[in-house]
Amino acid sequence: MARKLVINPVTRIEGHAKITIHLDDNGNVSGTNFHVTQVRGFEKFTEGRPYYEMPSITARICGICPVSHLLASVKACDAVMAVRIPETAVMLRELMHFGQIVQSHALSFFHLSAPDILLGMDSDPAHRNIIGLLEEFPELAKDGIALRKFGQQVIERLAGERIHPSWIVPGGVNSPLAPDMRDKILSELPIAKAIARRTLKHFKSIVEEFPEEIEHFGNYPSMYAGLVDAGGRLQLYDGILRFRDAEGNLVTDVERPRDYLKYIGEAALPTSYLKAPYYRPGGYPQGLYRVGPLARLNVADRCGTPEADAELEGYRHRFGRVVQSTFLFHYARLIETLYALERMETLLKDEAILDTHIRATAGVNALEGVGIAEAPRGVLIHHYKVEEKGAIRWANLIIATGHNNLAINKSIEAASRHFVDGNRLKEGMLNRVAAVLRAYDPCLSCSTHAQGIVPVRIELVGPDGAILDTLQSADAGD
Amino acid sequence: MPLIALVRKEVIPVPRKISMRIDGEMISATDDQSILQAARANGKYMPALCYMEGLSPVGACRLCTVEVSGVNRLLPACTTPAADRMSVTTNSPKLQQYRKIALELLFVERNHICAVCVSNGHCELQNLAIEHGVTSVRYPYSYPKLPVDVSHPRFVLDHNRCVLCTRCVRVCAEVEGAHVWDVASRGTNSLIVCELDRPWGESTGCTNCGKCVQVCPTGALAEKGRAVEEMVKREEPILQLVSRRGAMS
Ligand code: SF4
Ligand code: FES
Repeated sequence: MARKLVINPVTRIEGHAKITIHLDDNGNVSGTNFHVTQVRGFEKFTEGRPYYEMPSITARICGICPVSHLLASVKACDAVMAVRIPETAVMLRELMHFGQIVQSHALSFFHLSAPDILLGMDSDPAHRNIIGLLEEFPELAKDGIALRKFGQQVIERLAGERIHPSWIVPGGVNSPLAPDMRDKILSELPIAKAIARRTLKHFKSIVEEFPEEIEHFGNYPSMYAGLVDAGGRLQLYDGILRFRDAEGNLVTDVERPRDYLKYIGEAALPTSYLKAPYYRPGGYPQGLYRVGPLARLNVADRCGTPEADAELEGYRHRFGRVVQSTFLFHYARLIETLYALERMETLLKDEAILDTHIRATAGVNALEGVGIAEAPRGVLIHHYKVEEKGAIRWANLIIATGHNNLAINKSIEAASRHFVDGNRLKEGMLNRVAAVLRAYDPCLSCSTHAQGIVPVRIELVGPDGAILDTLQSADAGD
Repeated sequence: MPLIALVRKEVIPVPRKISMRIDGEMISATDDQSILQAARANGKYMPALCYMEGLSPVGACRLCTVEVSGVNRLLPACTTPAADRMSVTTNSPKLQQYRKIALELLFVERNHICAVCVSNGHCELQNLAIEHGVTSVRYPYSYPKLPVDVSHPRFVLDHNRCVLCTRCVRVCAEVEGAHVWDVASRGTNSLIVCELDRPWGESTGCTNCGKCVQVCPTGALAEKGRAVEEMVKREEPILQLVSRRGAMS
């Protein structure tokens, strides 16, 4: 008798996600689905609104990476205004972006994934969270909290203590950086860097303990996409959108953002409201590509900062030039954190950062604009069409989790086949499946939750719809 | 008949001094003042939204509602003349309750989403809601589908944020003398319209002075290109202008 396993809800995902695992008559996994059950209405309800309101509206899409949406959005607006914004404005936008990357990566690694990695996938779910982590690895847990706070404070210091920073505006930013704020951030940087170094060291010392996870957490060759500069260095704010294949060959460089549609197609999936982008010349679904930290480090030749580059070398030495395992997203995330901190330091030590020429003004000079930035989770695209006076006629957003949709499906399937045995269902099996999802960090984590438990409800459903068995983690609730 | 006799001699009445009680306290005022003006001149707090000094009062928002002893209905303080020996209550629990209702109804009528509004943090409607402890709304939202007029080169009109106070209509007609704005339709269908309902950018009468934008209490009228929270209104120059010229009311 074929049966169906449902992991629902996988909470702390932006929107709602559900994993269905189909079992065949022998209790083996026959297939999986990753569903996103939330409709994204933003494209529709922004119609008719002035384009320059898009940054603040779209920043509300996500509570955890509002800065990324702001950036992609203001870049699309800059394109509509057809302005080149002042250099200092670029620096300040980048600075805030790095703050965001640091806080988001810290949340993903320490709060959401470290409990699995350090306490064990099969450990007691009631204890497998940041509180458990605080008890067993107090230093590391405190580091995580401190690093996240550092990133958040950078954002707050720049935006004037607001949760949803309205400081990044079309044409630039709306107030210059005060010298004392710069000094404050600079004085805290060494502590943050020390945390990043320590955590990398710790992770490297234990990564060998996860051969099974490295091997089966969606470890497969795929294409990767990410931003780089003309010299092939890692970029997060702006750059060329580069596609690289599983062997490390350069596939395409999308130099002008507005050309993205030539290379990215979007397939609608019957099981999910989240569309599945694919590399258009490769066709669907062969054109699967991945974005995010793992992808960025595969796409870039190097980071371009000394410490991160040294770490990158060690990472590639261990796992190859193109790293395929989804589990190693975590490693890549830690290297990027160090990179972000190094770049921040360079920016803050440049006197130009205090310049007060920070905003360009203009009306509508182009009827279409595309903005591409790297969110912590990967490439984020905002594309607007406006009518002459500036009202939005059409909008298209491709979020990082969207790019990874096909890859997430594939990784979940691979992990389920390996770890789930329908005849002897154990919490740890499904936790591994949920952990695959967490490795992608699919805009998962709602900013308010600083705990490591993913409340998962698993239902074993017979073909007649009757629930045969349920398994529920400690705080799953309804 | 000598020509001079045809000119009617205008009688400008001299305001008479009066005494009245506001919340029990005796104050002096003049009989050309409204209750609201008399109260404010004596340092009393009076909430108001549609009233603006120097513009004719219309009594549209009902936030200034007061109780007058001997009168068995509530009266808007902005349009009710002050009178000798009048006794006014401005802040009974009943009045607070009514004001809260009036505010809540303003919120449900249109789409006021503070978080993404250009006036967030500098909005009179938002401030009144905070002052009156409106933390939630007890009535269903009506979510009307309303357009945004972006046709003017410098300004935007977003009907979603309009509270129909008509301050824009009055400042344009009474101070600027252009009379570009009017109210069309009735009840909840009412909309501010430009001239005979044409896009603002096509107006022939608009002088681009921006007075309507500066007096608008919400983010309904705003300067183009302002990002969220960036629209801070400047009423002061307009108040000075009308005080030099003499008020309409
Ligand atoms: S546009 Fe502003 S000033 Fe005019 S009626 Fe509406 S809220 Fe009042
Ligand atoms: S202020 Fe009196 S009714 Fe609006």
